[in-house]
Amino acid sequence: MYWNKELECMDREQIRALQGKKLQATVKKVYENVPFYKKAFDEKGVRPEDIKSVDDVKYLPFTMKSDLRDHYPFGLFAAPQSEIVRIHASSGTTGKPTVVGYTARDISNWAECLARTFTCAGGTKDSVIQVAYGYGLFTGGLGAHYGAERLGAATVPTSSGNTKRQIMLMQDFGTTILACTPSYALYLAETMEEMGVDHNLLKLKAGVFGAEPWTEAMRNEIEQRLGILAIDIYGLSEIMGPGVAADCEYKQGMHIAEDFFLAEIIDPVTLEPLPYGQKGELVITTIDKDGIPLIRYRTRDITSLHPEPCGCGRTMVRMDKVLGRSDDMLIIRGVNVFPSQIESVLVEIAEVSPHYQIVVDRVDNSDTLEVQVEVSAEMFSDEVKRLEALRRKIKAEIHSVLNIGVEVTLVEPKTIARSEGKAKRVIDNRKL
Amino acid sequence: MIKQISVFVENKKGRLARITEVLGQSGVDMIALSIADTTNFGIMRCIVSDPDKAIALLKAHDFTASTTEVIVAEVVDKPGGLSYVLELLDKAEISVEYLYSFVRTPNENALILFRVEDIAAATEVLKEGGVKLLDEKDVYGI
Repeated sequence: MYWNKELECMDREQIRALQGKKLQATVKKVYENVPFYKKAFDEKGVRPEDIKSVDDVKYLPFTMKSDLRDHYPFGLFAAPQSEIVRIHASSGTTGKPTVVGYTARDISNWAECLARTFTCAGGTKDSVIQVAYGYGLFTGGLGAHYGAERLGAATVPTSSGNTKRQIMLMQDFGTTILACTPSYALYLAETMEEMGVDHNLLKLKAGVFGAEPWTEAMRNEIEQRLGILAIDIYGLSEIMGPGVAADCEYKQGMHIAEDFFLAEIIDPVTLEPLPYGQKGELVITTIDKDGIPLIRYRTRDITSLHPEPCGCGRTMVRMDKVLGRSDDMLIIRGVNVFPSQIESVLVEIAEVSPHYQIVVDRVDNSDTLEVQVEVSAEMFSDEVKRLEALRRKIKAEIHSVLNIGVEVTLVEPKTIARSEGKAKRVIDNRKL
Repeated sequence: MIKQISVFVENKKGRLARITEVLGQSGVDMIALSIADTTNFGIMRCIVSDPDKAIALLKAHDFTASTTEVIVAEVVDKPGGLSYVLELLDKAEISVEYLYSFVRTPNENALILFRVEDIAAATEVLKEGGVKLLDEKDVYGI
């Protein structure tokens, strides 16, 4: 079953031709409307008319997350504010979030991508889709919501949390498709078992899970414990949100919506494009976006692309599960976390740069974040209450910056392992 | 001024052993000792024969340590002895951050260490109440 057979199953030559045409239009649009891109193109000595086909994308400059931050909040928007109908934001490397704007047409195209995803999960207008991604500045909730409505499904916007009510509604409304993070899906399964709810008596058929890294082992566990088909969905707010790519029922990699997104793999060190099949950093150019079109956006996600035909009949290129990052960003409970954010909190509180370590783990299917801080002479007090107050302050400040719970532990100096004199900042014990 | 040394201790096996080992090997004698602990960490507080040497040693071994000024008072070693001293402080509205007792004493009286915010005021109140306070010489030589 396809949502848009003509595009999803288009001949690859035709896809490339379509992408070429859309790329040309995008390049012209950003050159004329976004001063940042005009400057970047001029500096590289490339003019919009030099881009003749999709292969010429390699001549274009890259865009980084820091470019969005440097032009906070709306500096990279290509559409006038009167055309913007929605703004989303995600956490950035420092205090300021990364902001993206959508025109009505962008929102519609986004819904189209998600309608395809839900169709991949077996969804139709008869489906009941429960969206348990968070609604808000985060793109997950509203992104999935509009896609489910576009499909014509009965859409239930439960947002995240309140697990027992989620399960009650799932039973009472006859939810057929669940959309949430994979770790929350497992938590739901566990809670159901505790409540004595038999998943076989539910109408749940499939789940669309994403917004955090997960493994094939986790997929198998979710599929078994909920008795459903679990498909992976990929996206990032800078590019659009969830729905940039998604699995089909064959689960052989996520089909990228290539009529909207031009994907490349580059070597993150040399920045040279790599051929299909090779592992590298995913770079995306949005070729049909009005609000904030981005040229060669470096996602920092490590994956590979596969253009070979898929059993489902879709011809759109498939990307592997994301294998890691080419920077130090962590995704913890769906939230982007940079060690530098934690470091700036510590520097502010301790007035020195303390040695610290971030320990990430996954306990009972939920990510945990612990920050260990070495107690320096400047921070030390002979009184327990002062040290406790310092610990709680660090905890509260990190929580307010990251918006996720954190445990703070004070440790003795020089107990955090150092390699070549430098402390190892992050220990990720999650088995991914 | 009597200097107490305070050391930050992680709640981890073997840490106290390591601190006492460092002090012991250098001939620093521990005269009084107390440990404050939370679920996360502890603070070891002690009176030693040579506080400056002890601090230098601990820092050289990467411990976080500091000195704190405290009062050491002789308290009659019988029921109500400590209560009398605490009442003097209470009436003067001086709150005690913490206290602990010495194991060894030079005579039949008990020795109690007090940590208060206002050392000068507490010293005055206790002296007026007839409580004997020890000086550095008395304490480090016990």
